[in-house]
Amino acid sequence: MLKTEFKNNILTAYIDGEIDHDSAAKIRTKVDGAAQMFKPRELYLDFSGVTFMDSSGVGLVMGRYRQMKLIGGALRVINIPDRLYRIFAMSGLESLGVLR
Amino acid sequence: MTTKTKIKNEMSLSFPSKSCNEAFARSAVASFIMNLDPTISELSDIKTAVSEAVTNCIVHGYRRTGGTIYIKGRITEDNKVTIKIRDKGCGIEDIKKAMEPLFTTAPEEERAGLGFAVMQSFCDKVKVKSTPQKGTTVTLEKIIGSENE
Repeated sequence: MLKTEFKNNILTAYIDGEIDHDSAAKIRTKVDGAAQMFKPRELYLDFSGVTFMDSSGVGLVMGRYRQMKLIGGALRVINIPDRLYRIFAMSGLESLGVLR
Repeated sequence: MTTKTKIKNEMSLSFPSKSCNEAFARSAVASFIMNLDPTISELSDIKTAVSEAVTNCIVHGYRRTGGTIYIKGRITEDNKVTIKIRDKGCGIEDIKKAMEPLFTTAPEEERAGLGFAVMQSFCDKVKVKSTPQKGTTVTLEKIIGSENE
């Protein structure tokens, strides 16, 4: 469900499969654990492997945005599949500049 | 579910309010509508809306107690899919407020407050009936086959 990689002070989390309320809780625990350990300058959430997402995905991104702010880092969401954009567009996350 | 149009198919499901059943519920509903030959985006719209409604039952309706979630599905001759998602949980005090985008009573669980907004955007019609201390019924309607892709 999740692979992480730490390189050049960037922590990348490759999210795989479906994001709902159930899986978001598990992803959150793993990503936050890795972020606590590495204290990266930037956290990348790579969405290329995400096959389904409901609004729990938005909550997951918002939560990581706050977590990274707390440790003085930044968040980027990368490789978002086109079909997931509709929910992100409803969220106001675009204005934070974290979606790539 | 009052309708004058002839019913093509119906189903009903019930399951405990465990979060692992969110995936089960949306997959089951997706299978139910499969013989209407939906497009990938119609299928994804319905799955997303059902996922939101079921998550609401778990996170809000049965937040304190746990309980059973009931789903009824109906397909009519006009290719309209109607999905009713019901809980017997705490109910919603203020439905209008609950449906406002970005409003949530569960920020500590990182809920984005977009559940109803997503259901409304991804379905043709969304109806919400709720009685405090009695429960909530969300009815989703979507015509399959109206999209040209």
